[in-house]
Amino acid sequence: MPTTEAPALTRKDFQSDQEVRWCPGCGDYAILAAVQQVFPELGIPREKFVIVSGIGCSSRFPYYMNTYGFHSIHGRAPAVATGLKMTRPDLDVWVVTGDGDALSIGGNHLIHTLRRNVNIKILLFNNRVYGLTKGQYSPTSELGKRTKSTPHGSVDFPFNPLNVAIGAGATFVARSVDVFVPHLKAVLKRAAAHRGSAFVEVMQNCNIYNDKAFGALTDKAGRQQNGLYLEHGQPLVFGDRKDKGLRFTGTDFEVVQLGNGMSADDCLVWDEKHANPSLAFQMASISTGDGLGDYPVPLGVLRAVDAPTYDAGVIDQIDQVSSGRPQTLEQLIHGTDTWTVDAGGNVDRGAN
Amino acid sequence: MTLPIAGQTAAGRAAEATVSDVVIRFAGDSGDGMQLTGTQFTNTSALIGNDLSTLPDFPAEIRAPAGTLAGVSGFQVRIADHDIHTPGDAPDVLIAMNPAALKANLRDLRDNGVIIVNTDEFSPRNLKRAGYEGNPLEDDSLNAFRLYQVGLTTMTRRALEDSPLDVRSKDRCKNFLALGMVYWLFSRPLESTIDWLRVKFKRRPEIAEANVKVMKAGWNFCDITDAFQVRYDVEPAKLEPGIYRSIHGNSALAIGLVAASRRSGLPLFLGAYPITPASDVLHELATYKHFGVTTYQAEDEIAAVCSAIGASFGGSLGVTCSSGPGIALKAEGINLAVMVELPLVICDIQRGGPSTGLPTKTEQADLLQVMFGRNNESPVPVIAASSPADCFDTALEAVRLATTWMTPVILLSDGYIANGAEPWRIPQVEELPDLRVDFHQTADGFMPYMRDENSLARPWAIPGTPGLEHRIGGLEKEDVTGNVNYEPDNHDYMVRLRAEKVARIANEIPEIEVDGPQAGQLLVLGWGSTLGAITGAVNQARADGITVSRAHLKHINPFPRNLGDVLDRFERVLAPEMNLGQLALLLRARYLKDIETYSKVEGKPFTRDEILHRIESMAGGPN
Repeated sequence: MPTTEAPALTRKDFQSDQEVRWCPGCGDYAILAAVQQVFPELGIPREKFVIVSGIGCSSRFPYYMNTYGFHSIHGRAPAVATGLKMTRPDLDVWVVTGDGDALSIGGNHLIHTLRRNVNIKILLFNNRVYGLTKGQYSPTSELGKRTKSTPHGSVDFPFNPLNVAIGAGATFVARSVDVFVPHLKAVLKRAAAHRGSAFVEVMQNCNIYNDKAFGALTDKAGRQQNGLYLEHGQPLVFGDRKDKGLRFTGTDFEVVQLGNGMSADDCLVWDEKHANPSLAFQMASISTGDGLGDYPVPLGVLRAVDAPTYDAGVIDQIDQVSSGRPQTLEQLIHGTDTWTVDAGGNVDRGAN
Repeated sequence: MTLPIAGQTAAGRAAEATVSDVVIRFAGDSGDGMQLTGTQFTNTSALIGNDLSTLPDFPAEIRAPAGTLAGVSGFQVRIADHDIHTPGDAPDVLIAMNPAALKANLRDLRDNGVIIVNTDEFSPRNLKRAGYEGNPLEDDSLNAFRLYQVGLTTMTRRALEDSPLDVRSKDRCKNFLALGMVYWLFSRPLESTIDWLRVKFKRRPEIAEANVKVMKAGWNFCDITDAFQVRYDVEPAKLEPGIYRSIHGNSALAIGLVAASRRSGLPLFLGAYPITPASDVLHELATYKHFGVTTYQAEDEIAAVCSAIGASFGGSLGVTCSSGPGIALKAEGINLAVMVELPLVICDIQRGGPSTGLPTKTEQADLLQVMFGRNNESPVPVIAASSPADCFDTALEAVRLATTWMTPVILLSDGYIANGAEPWRIPQVEELPDLRVDFHQTADGFMPYMRDENSLARPWAIPGTPGLEHRIGGLEKEDVTGNVNYEPDNHDYMVRLRAEKVARIANEIPEIEVDGPQAGQLLVLGWGSTLGAITGAVNQARADGITVSRAHLKHINPFPRNLGDVLDRFERVLAPEMNLGQLALLLRARYLKDIETYSKVEGKPFTRDEILHRIESMAGGPN
């Protein structure tokens, strides 16, 4: 096929003709806009994108993207995407999911997809509530949360999505926030560039059932005060005046006030490529994400390591086996032991 | 048939008798290698040109407690010089490797049948384990049979006196001593098993040679002693001219799927999760990578079906394979394929149930599950394989239906034909159906749910095709555009449209054929793996002077278009099923015709005589 220089794609090229039906004020609008801005910048033809989703508010995402899309069933998007990517490595496959879809009903598929390092991108919109079913607590809801299904407060311990991903062996783990547009776009680009499973938690507000889910992080003061913007090779410094830092004591992270003899040089230099995932796990553990504790909320790339992908392994093996074993369908059907019956009913053993 | 006791005796030699048909059952502990022994006997007999049919019967436990009834593993093979349809009702010969194997199988043995027992295993401890109070070899309980007592373990050790193997490894060869004896008894050559052993144990030649030596010792023991008075032969069967091989149902299914992949030009993707008795399809397809086959052992049954749907979306031939419990888990995934109208083949290798049930035993009780076991109106074509070799043709048919009508298709097999083997006349590749598929290419006027006028199928437009970007999903669709639509009239229209699409398949499948009189008193109607027993029974009934017709269903949803007329032409219809009457329920509902069910739910296939006796009683007894 002749290759011609395709005209540059724009945000508009990725907007479908469908009316967007999320609630006014939903954080998903911002994420949709960020994705529609990032995709044209990736240098990939539009027809090569496939967005696969499960069930939930977030999973309506494919309908609003003018790409190939598959709104599948609850929790199963990673499984659909895995079958697609294994057989169509030329496609750029993205999964859009939510905290209930990915971590509750679909938990099994999420961990196994990450473990295998299937070369797909997974965006988990975490609003810490079930929105589409009208307000039940989710596997990321905080203890004590009062919802329709927990009128006296939840006694159900939540997951930290980042730690689920890191624990499952994910090779790329990052976090951003629906309304932190430039940060979100940068994280999406990093995910797009990663070869292997890229897991991105997008903290997202549900203004109907869990308003200000991450309010202490997303309000004006919180953005600078409570966000820890991880950058590979840079010391862990945060705060609106960059006056705080994180030291690693050998067992724990410790918040330190900079000045008075304490400087950025005393803080841990962030290493997203650290071979052992325990550092990323520990970093993810410093905050539940809402910005209410003593620690800041880690944002950006927690882990990005190179590893072989499952889909490439499968395809390589097929190629390898095929090159050594030419066989026709006739040979396959015949097998190794045959006998022939001639028109007279005589049997010739082993003849072929 | 009963094996003759005496024949023409040459001086000092065993008499030789030619028999037309014999049923042999090998039985022992799960670890005694009975499946392997039976398979070797089968393959050797196949290469001689006998018609054959096998019935493996093994416990769900890999190694149940040694010497117990629960641990008995059996392999029945019937060989004949004529066309046969079943593995035989009652064994003529039983090889019992221990007391439990004797006790578990004796009641099936034909009167005056041959029993070969391994006396070394008849210790007081083993007798007690098998539940014997005394030793049946020493009382008169086996008087009705021809009992041959052989110290298989002792003889095996003696034959391997010079072998470097340890005692445990030596003892593991004793099944080959028994095999050598049975080869002699039925005049079979040893060569193909010797070749097989040497390939199988290429890296452990001492094991191959020990087994060869022991097998020859078994043969020689029979040849030089006068242990047996009669030696038998079964001549080759007069089969239709052609090239044959012996094949198991699961193997035929796997090869059929590869053939369908080649004939359609679609790469084959199998998403599967291990489950008895379907796992062999995964195992076998995993060895066909050189046919571009991708196998995916998913994390669960749901991921298995969903990955196959993902592969189909991308333009592959998506297949998943399981048994009843797994099919239950896949229900929501199958319904997604119904809604998004993508091709998908779901193979259900049925087993006994409900729940975990009888994993290694056969049953046909998933029929209503695959018809109706999904939420809402969920029309899915259902077809059933009727014999091991028929699994090949049925796989091709499933793919034809799936790709022509853009629909999931359920293929029913069961443990009996999946694990059973029979000779298969190998087809010519160019005679196989042409299943070529064209993906939609033109962007002009493209809508994801526009439809072919005849089949009502929507176009298969795969990702990567410029200009055809579209979204599919489980929400109700507006026809043609594929947009999400909740309008009452649209839903009513779409529910009926999906039903009509599947119903129209009836226009392009063969009418059901009636064997025997086209109208009359009695029709025996079956589906799936009961074909052999029904055919054998009907043929015998006719030989006995009873007028009876027979028909067999491959297509169950939709039914062949002439089925109602056929049923109306008979006064009585008998439907033998390995369930409590599931096909009968469908037929009564659809055709308002009474159907008489003959049920068997013992985890075992019908015998010919069971169905024959039912036919006789319906016809007022044998003439």
